Amino acid sequence: MAPLVRVRNWLDERFGWDELLAPLRHKTVPIHRYSYWYFLGGITLFLFGVQVCTGILLLLYYRPSANEAFESVQYIMTQVQFGWLVRSVHSWAANLMIFTAFLHMFSVLFLRAYRKPRELTWVSGMLLLFLAMGFGFSGYLLPWNTLAFFATKVGTDIAGQVPFVGHRLMVFLRGGDEVTGATLSRFFGFHVAVLPGLITLLISIHLLLVQRFGISVPARMEPEWRALPQQKREMRFFPNFLLRELMAWYIALGVLGALAAFSPWGLGTKADPFAPAPAGIKPEWYFLFMFQTLKLIPAKLGMLDGEVVGILTFSLAGLIWLLVPFLDGTKRTQRLVTGAAMFVVAYMGAMTAYGYVAK
Amino acid sequence: MWRNKNLGMVLVLAIASALAQAEQPNSCVDCHSALEGELHVTQEQFAQDIHGQKGLTCASCHGGDPSRTDDSAMSKAAGFKGKVDRAAVPKLCGSCHSDPGFMRQYNPSLRTDQLSQYQTSVHGKRQAAGDTKVAVCTDCHGVHDLRPATDTRSKVHPLNIAATCSRCHADSKYMAAYKIPTDQYAAYKTSVHHQAMVERGDLSAPTCTTCHGNHGATPPGVASVANVCSTCHVFQAQLFESSPHKAAFASAGLPGCVTCHSNHGISQPSDAMLGTSAKSVCTNCHTQGDAGYQAAGDMQQQIHGLETSITRSDVILSRAESSGMEVSQARLELDQARDALTKARVSVHTFAGKPVLTDVDSGLKITAKTYSQGQAALRERDYRRTGLGMALVAIVFVMVALRLYTKEIEKNGSR
Repeated sequence: MAPLVRVRNWLDERFGWDELLAPLRHKTVPIHRYSYWYFLGGITLFLFGVQVCTGILLLLYYRPSANEAFESVQYIMTQVQFGWLVRSVHSWAANLMIFTAFLHMFSVLFLRAYRKPRELTWVSGMLLLFLAMGFGFSGYLLPWNTLAFFATKVGTDIAGQVPFVGHRLMVFLRGGDEVTGATLSRFFGFHVAVLPGLITLLISIHLLLVQRFGISVPARMEPEWRALPQQKREMRFFPNFLLRELMAWYIALGVLGALAAFSPWGLGTKADPFAPAPAGIKPEWYFLFMFQTLKLIPAKLGMLDGEVVGILTFSLAGLIWLLVPFLDGTKRTQRLVTGAAMFVVAYMGAMTAYGYVAK
Repeated sequence: MWRNKNLGMVLVLAIASALAQAEQPNSCVDCHSALEGELHVTQEQFAQDIHGQKGLTCASCHGGDPSRTDDSAMSKAAGFKGKVDRAAVPKLCGSCHSDPGFMRQYNPSLRTDQLSQYQTSVHGKRQAAGDTKVAVCTDCHGVHDLRPATDTRSKVHPLNIAATCSRCHADSKYMAAYKIPTDQYAAYKTSVHHQAMVERGDLSAPTCTTCHGNHGATPPGVASVANVCSTCHVFQAQLFESSPHKAAFASAGLPGCVTCHSNHGISQPSDAMLGTSAKSVCTNCHTQGDAGYQAAGDMQQQIHGLETSITRSDVILSRAESSGMEVSQARLELDQARDALTKARVSVHTFAGKPVLTDVDSGLKITAKTYSQGQAALRERDYRRTGLGMALVAIVFVMVALRLYTKEIEKNGSR
């Protein structure tokens, strides 16, 4: 008997291995012209895994203090064997993960995969996206370079504008009134302890819900398949879809390697809290559409503070986005949601591009 | 409670006093605001004046009684002095500004030696000799819109001093009788000092008064030029003092720094000033065959060698950086080589080859290291790219294998 088979039999005898894997074997993935969108969730999960692995490796050398953070990252980039690769892959994977998470969210939105009974799958996914952005925001400061320092200052300043709780929120995020070493320690804590704990819990819930309800058939395909059941095509999740997903992960790995080799993530210059802010400070690309919008809003809108109005509008939009499955009932609201989604994609794209070219 | 009451009373008194002052009649400006030319003075203009702001009135300088609204305001009985004669201006200003006890109540840190300094200046001496064309206090500071020197609108603010001096000193007709050049301002405007002051906004950069003095303004003599320059260029001056040029210049009657760098139109020093080329200042005195000529050529070559070496390192590090390589440590070290180059350029003022060579050698050692760091960074970049190529081949291989395996299991009907 082959060794692998013997191990498997050993596990099966004790834990009922075959029984545990049965749900995976029974799980199927619909095959249709939009099937390739199903890979995005898996790619995002893969990139998260890369983040965890490279993050743990970075922890071996990273020092979370204002005096040592920059130098420790510099040491990782120049002295540690393959440190440059680990750090570049970590940074690039973070950005790609948020990008694929956004794509995944929009694919679910346009295919209306959030509809009953998958409302909570959508909600957990949206919360995961917010957490991923939180990971990005907290991780951006950790190298303690000039751009990160001032972008964090601007970002936490914006948080400070939230009505009623703004100042307290800002002080909580910064660990004081200013961005200092205390902010760095705090962000490090969020980045390596609080957020990973929350995201692990949410990913588990998200995957459980996906497993429980199966993979959604696009709304527009459902009537076709109901009318002609013989046209309905499916593949087994394990191993057929998983093998294809694995190929997508390999492509993602190749892209990450190429980005790390051809465009290693820069380090910039060490943050100097007493230096004036350099011109053209911008946040990471996934916050840029909001940042640019806030810049364009006039200081005063009637009696109200323009920035506060902007923040409240984005908060409200985020809340509505989170509750989309509960709003999408009638044909009219479905059209409204699709129209709003198309507008949001165009708006985010245009504002991000504008943010990049604007001075 | 008691404190609050007192605070309230002080406030009421302060407001009442301010209102009383604002409402005090001033018949001088009532008439003079309607006059034209030199006699035109408005309340708005005088309100901007530092004297007006400190509570002085027209009567403080001109006498008279501004509270009267008829001609008696300008009567002798009211102490009216009328227009202050130019010759009397320094003493009139000095009557307050040379009195430390009086000035202390307004600005305890303000100097009170302006008049005594003025009396030692060329302006003051000529004025004492009866020359009425020379500058008096009001020519530089203004009259009824006089502002503190820290105010950028003041005629004596560092940014405006050169223009203020030029009003007389660049006017060839006005200065004709004195037989001194009038191109100083034009030359200064081309200088590195003016560039620092105006373009970079460096208010510590020298302007006319920095070298000539302000109230005690006088041209620095041949012997004291180096002392003037050394107030900022300390190291260069120290090296010059112990150099062979010190005695040689003195015996030839040449002023120290100015001989090579000129005075008002000092341009950014360049390595071309050194050596034996046509642009060199060394060849103004040294000729082929003498030791100085040889030393000038050697120093220029050494400095040029270090500069070339720095550029070479800079180019290779830039190439590495543009490939995304982290070379900030090498960049820091290259800055030290630049410091060595600056030091070597300063050492030129010893006019001896050895100190320059020492500085150049220390710079060259650094550039040799930074260049090899740049080369190592480029090798590392190539290594990474080779590694990526191999990884991609492995990835493609695994993907093909996965595809074939998928096809195989699906051919067997397990879709």
